[in-house]
Amino acid sequence: MAEVVGGVFASHVPAIGGAIARGLQQDPYWSPFFAGFDAVRAWLGRARPDVAVVFYNDHGLNFFLDKLPTFAVGAAAEYGNADEGWGLPVSKPFAGDPALSWHLIEALVADEFDITTCQSMLIDHALTIPMQLCWPDVAEWPVRIVPIAINTVQHPLPSPARCLALGRAVGRALARWPGDERIVVFGTGGLSHQLEGPRAGFINSDFDRRCMDALANEPDLLTRHSSLDIVELAGSQGVEILNWIAARGALGAATHEICRNYHIPISNTAAASMVLEAGLARAA
Amino acid sequence: MGRQIEGTFIFDGDAATRGFALNAMCFSFNDAANRAAFVADEQAYCDRFHLTEAQREAVASRDVLAMLRAGGNIYYLAKLAGILGLSVQDLGAQQTGLSLEAFKQRLLDAGVETRHG
Repeated sequence: MAEVVGGVFASHVPAIGGAIARGLQQDPYWSPFFAGFDAVRAWLGRARPDVAVVFYNDHGLNFFLDKLPTFAVGAAAEYGNADEGWGLPVSKPFAGDPALSWHLIEALVADEFDITTCQSMLIDHALTIPMQLCWPDVAEWPVRIVPIAINTVQHPLPSPARCLALGRAVGRALARWPGDERIVVFGTGGLSHQLEGPRAGFINSDFDRRCMDALANEPDLLTRHSSLDIVELAGSQGVEILNWIAARGALGAATHEICRNYHIPISNTAAASMVLEAGLARAA
Repeated sequence: MGRQIEGTFIFDGDAATRGFALNAMCFSFNDAANRAAFVADEQAYCDRFHLTEAQREAVASRDVLAMLRAGGNIYYLAKLAGILGLSVQDLGAQQTGLSLEAFKQRLLDAGVETRHG
């Protein structure tokens, strides 16, 4: 049976893509953020995933506001990236896994999640930047992907409770997948930041720390908040933590924290990376 | 009237309805040819997307808060900002009334570093 090996959680600030393109990983401004990925890559080297299920939010590349799904599951054989308007280099495409996608779609609809399915889907920087951070300079991506986009753009947004439930439903479906794949789950975006309004530049490190602690140990704590509570606590775009909450849900009841990096600021954002391994900590 | 959060525009149904034309124009900027067409003739490009008068004035004056009041969504406005050569930190400085240096310094002053594993 397939095995969910763990979760990678990472910010996806576009400027990170710009820094990668310009080779600034060792620059004093950037290095405290990039250094956090040494431990992420070491873990991925041990975990050897074949497939990544990625919870992220689209920023107006694949979806426009004319038709904006709350939850959208990719079912394509290949996912391309494209020009997003601000000069980031276009990423090489990702292979999909349509059979696994349709398994998840069947399971989610059976679980009463009224999702949108996408046989053609562009993936934006929110997916490609975490992948570039995990696997820099690879000629071909080492994982096939199933993208799951969550609306964090246009209110009303799904609640943290609903996103955790979505992730748990994905986790149950992955556990039933008869393949022998090793599956990593990604949650991208955040942590606290706000781009617009007189409160632009807002950051809340106390809340971010509580979120990371709760994700590791007690994700249900986060379901006490509404999405608007999270906007107030973490900023308008800090609400991207919904992607992290969904990803955590897919990891099962117990997780073991492998590494964490938290750094302020990257652009306007409290930037973070974290790995949670599925299951209890193994004896050393 | 929905919930109010200080200093924050909640992009809800009202804003999405009000801002549709402006956000549609910004969405078109994913295409390099459309960015070039905007630069070549801003007024004609705004006409093509039927921007409201308030949206047109906000774009002409590069006034981000006015774009937000006119229903702009920041993820889409960022594509317009890219054409204008403005980063999200430039936008932050403009909206908070700080100089770019002061806005960046405020973020640096919030600096926190935690790493383990």
